[in-house]
Amino acid sequence: SKCWAGRGWHNHTKENAWVQGLFQDLISKENLDMSKFPVERIRNFSIVAHIDHGKSTLADRLLEITGAIAKTASNKQVLDKLQVERERGITVKAQTASLFYQHDGQTYLLNLIDTPGHVDFSYEVSRSISACQGVLLIVDANQGIQAQTVANFYLAFEAQLTIIPVINKIDLKNADPERVEKQIEKVFDIPKEECIRISAKLGTNVDQVLQEVVKRIPPPTARVDDLFKALVFDSTFDHYRGVVANIALFGGRVSRGDKIVSAHLGKSYEVNELGLLRPDEHPTETLYAGQVGYVIAGMKEVKEAQIGDTLYLHKQPVEALPGFKPAKSMVFAGMYPMDQSEYTALRSAVEKLMLNDSSVTVQKDSSLALGAGWRLGFLGLLHMEVFNQRLEQEYNASVIVTAPTVPYKAVLASAKLIKEHGEEVITIINPAQFPDKSQVVKYLEPMVMGTIIAPDDFTGKIMTLCQSRRAVQKNMFYIDEHRVMIKYIFPLNEIVVDFYDQLKSMSSGYASFDYEDAGYEAADLIKMDFLLNGRPVEELATIVHKDKAYSAGKAICERLKESIPRQMFEIAVQAAIGSKIIARETIKAYRKNVLAKCYGGDVTRKMKLLKKQAEGKKKLRRIGNIDVPKDAFINVLKRK
Amino acid sequence: MSRQTLLTQQHALQCLGTALGFVLLRSIATTHRLPPQADEASLYVHWPYCLKRCSYCNFNKYIPRNQNHAVMTACLQRETQTLLQLSQVSRISSVFFGGGTPSLAQPSTIAAVLETVSKHAHLSDEAEVTLEVNPTPAGKASLKDFTLAGVNRFSVGIQSLNDDHLRTLGRDHDSQHALWTVSEARTLCPGRVSVDVMFALPGQSVKSWESELEKLLPVCDDHVSLYQLTLERGTQLFKQVDSGELSVPGDDVTAVMYNSARGVLEKAGFRQYEVSNFAKNNAVSEHNIGYWKGRQYIGVGPGAHGRFVLRAVGGVQREARTQTLEPDVWIREVQRHGHGTRRRIQLDHHGLLEEVLVMGLRMNEGITQQHWKLFSPEDDLQQIFGMSEKVQEFQAGGLLKLNNRGLRCSWEGLALLDSILPTMLLELEMFFKKDCTQGNA
Repeated sequence: SKCWAGRGWHNHTKENAWVQGLFQDLISKENLDMSKFPVERIRNFSIVAHIDHGKSTLADRLLEITGAIAKTASNKQVLDKLQVERERGITVKAQTASLFYQHDGQTYLLNLIDTPGHVDFSYEVSRSISACQGVLLIVDANQGIQAQTVANFYLAFEAQLTIIPVINKIDLKNADPERVEKQIEKVFDIPKEECIRISAKLGTNVDQVLQEVVKRIPPPTARVDDLFKALVFDSTFDHYRGVVANIALFGGRVSRGDKIVSAHLGKSYEVNELGLLRPDEHPTETLYAGQVGYVIAGMKEVKEAQIGDTLYLHKQPVEALPGFKPAKSMVFAGMYPMDQSEYTALRSAVEKLMLNDSSVTVQKDSSLALGAGWRLGFLGLLHMEVFNQRLEQEYNASVIVTAPTVPYKAVLASAKLIKEHGEEVITIINPAQFPDKSQVVKYLEPMVMGTIIAPDDFTGKIMTLCQSRRAVQKNMFYIDEHRVMIKYIFPLNEIVVDFYDQLKSMSSGYASFDYEDAGYEAADLIKMDFLLNGRPVEELATIVHKDKAYSAGKAICERLKESIPRQMFEIAVQAAIGSKIIARETIKAYRKNVLAKCYGGDVTRKMKLLKKQAEGKKKLRRIGNIDVPKDAFINVLKRK
Repeated sequence: MSRQTLLTQQHALQCLGTALGFVLLRSIATTHRLPPQADEASLYVHWPYCLKRCSYCNFNKYIPRNQNHAVMTACLQRETQTLLQLSQVSRISSVFFGGGTPSLAQPSTIAAVLETVSKHAHLSDEAEVTLEVNPTPAGKASLKDFTLAGVNRFSVGIQSLNDDHLRTLGRDHDSQHALWTVSEARTLCPGRVSVDVMFALPGQSVKSWESELEKLLPVCDDHVSLYQLTLERGTQLFKQVDSGELSVPGDDVTAVMYNSARGVLEKAGFRQYEVSNFAKNNAVSEHNIGYWKGRQYIGVGPGAHGRFVLRAVGGVQREARTQTLEPDVWIREVQRHGHGTRRRIQLDHHGLLEEVLVMGLRMNEGITQQHWKLFSPEDDLQQIFGMSEKVQEFQAGGLLKLNNRGLRCSWEGLALLDSILPTMLLELEMFFKKDCTQGNA
């Protein structure tokens, strides 16, 4: 559905015996001495690309060429471990692999830091980029530049990294590398001579890519004589060994048995194990300046290996690296067990999932209709869907998810209120807690800068769609004769549910979309309540822009009417602002629902049907005396 | 080896449902209480043949090329005998010949089956013996012979008194034939003739339905069955409606039709005693009441269903049995094994109560306390449903009544029964779950 990302390969654990390259055998036999790789012969780089432009296939080839994995027919992006990653074709976590590459009679250490592609996970991309000096920017020779290509380019450009454009899939029948080179020249101002044309699938020119990595990307500027200083750019959690932190050494060296300190917490740890990721863990004695690897140091909780933290040697403090802004939750939703008896099991499942996804925020919540649950914060809607899917698939949990909302802000009006809340500007992540207009000076809503790239035949339709989402056009630009790139400022809540689906379907799949944070803007917001037979249902409350209140109220009432099955009594579905009803739909009562005849020969069939209906009833949530299907809460926000 | 075990094993081997025979053996060891009224049953006999196919019917019926009445008669007799012996009932309370078109059977076949029944169980002279009749001239002509064979009640499938509707339904009679047949049947069995009528037909309006009913009232006897046309997948009528060639009235219209018919019939002195059955002078169908009251019944003939305890093999639970559908296959099985049972399902205590609940609520009188107690001596209706919030809501909404007399639907509730039943089944299930966990604690 909403996948902009590409598949990635993964860190393997011991069971993958087939990942045994010849080179690796050789290196393990000679007991890898990392001091043989001074910074001059180290290159740290990432591959970034729009979804399906071939990032993972190129990574597979690079691993094969350098002997990190054996060359087999099965190296086809098969390394995604999670069901959700395989199904959706996305990588959720960044991965790292160290490659040994022979060039001009020298062995180079190339550290490839793979990144997830989806916009929801771009914080992972920026983290990976901070450990690199260059990127390979992959562009599909047929599709050309897409929205995510642009986003990735700017991330790398702003980090002042060397960018090597790679045009992939030149073996395809409709490949037009020349056109793509022109796009790259025009949009990114990179001379077309710098592009490398490859086919990752067939291996064409892949060796040239490695040569250019060595030639064009500068070595890291770290010095081995400096004090040890390392950036934690990722971490994973292992139930047996605790936290495994991925680090990039910005100076000095670190060895097994060293005492290291986390700059963030000031806690010290002893290094139990460290080494390279190839992509399997490959223990070594020491890691040196400029190198990238993993470290296990008795950290028991994910929080102890804060991503962006700086590590240094005990009693040899250094100035901490700038680190990262923590991942910011953009979408919030309530999550409740289908049945309260499943609360404990669901809590344990949520906790387990969060161990490896520190970007999810959680707080307890409870609702009159749905009981005890949580309000979870996600980086985006895909992130939320992935999380839910993993809960259902990996933990067999059945959950009700309420309509997602974005973090609104309110500037409080009185000193009393400010004192009460402890701050002047409050963030509202649950529409039920939206403060009344009388209490605030103004409301603020989160904005994003959206980039859309599409064939120009669709420009008119896209502009209409964006206008209906309260977007303001910032610029429009032809990237070649037929493709246009349009930038819009959107209120985040307008794109959060179904914008991308609509954009895709109206452009027959040709439009791509990406967005980045663009701060907050004042907006005329109101809280709209929804009532079922006169009772407000807190979980359905939603924040809308004043200008859209009537149309949104009407649309949501209509959608509720479609989602809620007919019952034995009439149900009034109403939208209200304050005490004013602004829209109403009626779900008519059944006037008759009985099978005409039922004699001896009909009993078996009749019982079967009724028991099926009884089972179906268990999947409905009762609000007051009304049976509501569990997906009604999230369906209400989807537009037709 | 005792004779009893031998019989059990033989039966288990004969049974086409293979493994079920062993389930039966196991159940003997675990429960001991026999369901009520295991000593008597009603008998349903299915005649699977029709002259032609009606456009709305997906029932088990066959248009035979040539028919061997003698073989069919012998098989019906044989299966009747086998199942009666298996059940060991001492009394058959009523017999119903349904179909298909059982009025196409020879009266001698009916007589032969009844004779077999009398040979193996008591069949009182007063016992209700119903025959379904198609109101064709041929059917009318043989009515007298059927009464001589032992039939004492006719159920005439007139369906409609509107010839256009009859054509749409693909019936092989017209309204005139219907009137003649009803009249002849009333002469032969006064006060014991039922008519079937259908509503929600293509092109029918509330008004035309009401006027049709008014036309029916003066000619019909003391019993009316009222059916809403249901479009079954695979029928010609389904295709015609699906393709838009014909259109049937919507839910709201059929609701008005149903309720107006109930009103019209009640005004004419007919008491509604079940969702789709109405009787004057208490001329109710004893046989059908047996189904709704959860009594035992034996089904004979291709595709017939039965529910009874196999006492001959030590059965202690009721079994839901279905006979083989295809007449030719059924005939072979009966000839080989004495019966053509294709499927057997054990009804445990909970399963039986579910059926008692679902069927019982179809009746106007509902489920009386005594009736429920028969099947559930430990847990009365009040214990099971009295505390339920949802049942209380149904009561507050005027749909359901639960009191000292029992549990029943109101007039409004009866029309909404299929919306009430899933909830009732869940309440019953929850009660048993709770009961079970408390029992274990």
